[in-house]
Amino acid sequence: MKVGKVVGTVVSTISIPVLDRHRLLLCDIEDVEGSPSGYTIAVDVVDAGVGDKVLILDEGSSARQILGLEWGAIRAVVVGVVDELVIDGMTRT
Amino acid sequence: MQLGRVMGRVVATEKVVGLEGVRFLIVQPLDKSQVPKGGTLVAADAVSMAGPGELVYFVASREAAEALPERFVPVDHAIVGIVDDVYLEEE
Repeated sequence: MKVGKVVGTVVSTISIPVLDRHRLLLCDIEDVEGSPSGYTIAVDVVDAGVGDKVLILDEGSSARQILGLEWGAIRAVVVGVVDELVIDGMTRT
Repeated sequence: MQLGRVMGRVVATEKVVGLEGVRFLIVQPLDKSQVPKGGTLVAADAVSMAGPGELVYFVASREAAEALPERFVPVDHAIVGIVDDVYLEEE
């Protein structure tokens, strides 16, 4: 899993059926310093919002398990909202 | 999933079994601000209605092979949706 930050949302009417009804979040993937090192579009299952620091799962079979799917082209899922990170004893929010 | 812009299409009559009828499009990957990033790639069109110039999002690796009706076909990128709007927080 990776830590990231929700920076936006993606609206899509036409998509593959397994993505219907799911919110799509545009998330920066952050390094340990909090600097963005790329982005991903992830399915939201925790009602995260823009500005939230989040935990991003980027692995297909776990993503399908969370969404109760036997198969489907879903890989990135926002699975948690981060309250704080503790790095080298320093707390970061 | 990543954002991409459809640049064109690939016509291939002779294909591996399982890929018959699948549309292949040339996609330019974009960063979150929709600026081109990296080289173009060929993606299967799992929504069957993406066209040139359209903003789409695509999935890579094994999951791409699960986007098509025929599962586990040899595909490494698949377009899984057409983007209506991207709302990006101002930096």
